[in-house]
Amino acid sequence: MDFSMILPAVLIVSGIGLIIGLVLAIASAVMAVPTDEVVEAITEALPGANCGACGYSGCAGYAKALKEGKAKLGVCSPGGDEAVMAISEILGVEATSVCRTVALVHCMGSCDNTDTRMDYQGISSCAAAAALHGGNSSCSFGCLGLGDCEKVCPYGAITVCNGVARVDSSLCKGCSLCIASCPKHIISLTTDVRQGVVRCSNTDKGAQARKVCKVACIGCKRCEKVCEAGAITVTNFKAVVDGAKCNGCGACVEACTQGCVTMYLPVTEK
Amino acid sequence: MIEVKALVAVFLAAILTENYVLNKFLGICPFLGVSKKVNTALGMSAAVTFVMVIATAVTYPIYMNLLLPTGLDYLQTIVFILVIAGLVQLVETILKKYIPSLYNSLGIYLPLITTNCAVLGVTMLVIEKSSESFGYVEALVNSFGAGIGFLVAMVMFAGVRQRLESCDIPKSIQGLPITLVAASLVSLSFLGFSGLVENMLG
Repeated sequence: MDFSMILPAVLIVSGIGLIIGLVLAIASAVMAVPTDEVVEAITEALPGANCGACGYSGCAGYAKALKEGKAKLGVCSPGGDEAVMAISEILGVEATSVCRTVALVHCMGSCDNTDTRMDYQGISSCAAAAALHGGNSSCSFGCLGLGDCEKVCPYGAITVCNGVARVDSSLCKGCSLCIASCPKHIISLTTDVRQGVVRCSNTDKGAQARKVCKVACIGCKRCEKVCEAGAITVTNFKAVVDGAKCNGCGACVEACTQGCVTMYLPVTEK
Repeated sequence: MIEVKALVAVFLAAILTENYVLNKFLGICPFLGVSKKVNTALGMSAAVTFVMVIATAVTYPIYMNLLLPTGLDYLQTIVFILVIAGLVQLVETILKKYIPSLYNSLGIYLPLITTNCAVLGVTMLVIEKSSESFGYVEALVNSFGAGIGFLVAMVMFAGVRQRLESCDIPKSIQGLPITLVAASLVSLSFLGFSGLVENMLG
């Protein structure tokens, strides 16, 4: 055993390690950037999905805005009430209940209600199908049913059933990834409260809309007339419900002869 | 002039004929992991290039002036890992303090590549080549070229993968299998460059 071989090796390597360690220690002390503990704690309390549903660049951005008082509590739909409670505790403010938003597909054009225009055999993706003469559904506004939204949903909340996408609102976190993926732009976020919703996106004139889909909105204005809260307006032969005004009375659902106005029930009432 | 020509040859060779990812198969992990989008591929490659150059700048003198004279060149690997890890930490601290915009744009990639084998590979292969013709300047140019080569490979492959996204791939080879097949084809295409640099500038 030749210690004269081992000793310099050990000394040199540990010497390098020691020097690097010292330099790093000094550097981290000299060049310390003060980090905000509150912001870190808030980031910790957020779900960390970085989905951008709040309108800020990721969870860290939202946390920073919260600390500076620029952002509102309760706009983080993936985090839900849990995150709001945790953050309000950190910030020392009163908790406001989060208004949950969920995705809603504004189409009920299932295989029974719509026809096909062609025998589409291309790439199994809505984006590709939509690029070919607007897709194979008889309704050029409706769901193509090839499931781009289903594939993109990280929570498995969307299923394509009988040619039309459906959102399971109990699983939906309102991250709006599906909205971006839909080439027909028929998915939107809805607040999770009892309200009438128009499940159609067709802006064709009444007769034409009726031709392409059995449950199309024909713009007859029956719902608009019957709505006491004035929440429904018909533009471009299509009814739109203003969720903020809707009182959930259900008169519009009864008035609709086409069956495209339905009652949205929040998760808690299901 | 001859000096510049030799340097250009070293630089081009590091990018094309001796591409670290596609010819030496180093740094495959980020190559497969971070090449889904062109943006992230660019960020990652920029960080790798940066670290490769400063790592070579530090490890080369350490090897030549400290390890070689004391006969400890067999400790090359462990010393290099130590130095590179420490160096990346230090650079991160400095960037965070003085150039926060660059720190934010490099983001998570900087600490990630601390233990990247491509970085270690560059520093060690440069030493190996020093017996042939590589001086300090050549070593630095080579490591810069290696980083740019990494960038070229990453960006090209990100492009290939974006095409793959919209392809109708059989279910059994979706995901990683088809990615590896595509990677091997890109690698094969780079074999076409062999001999190019020597004949062009030699």
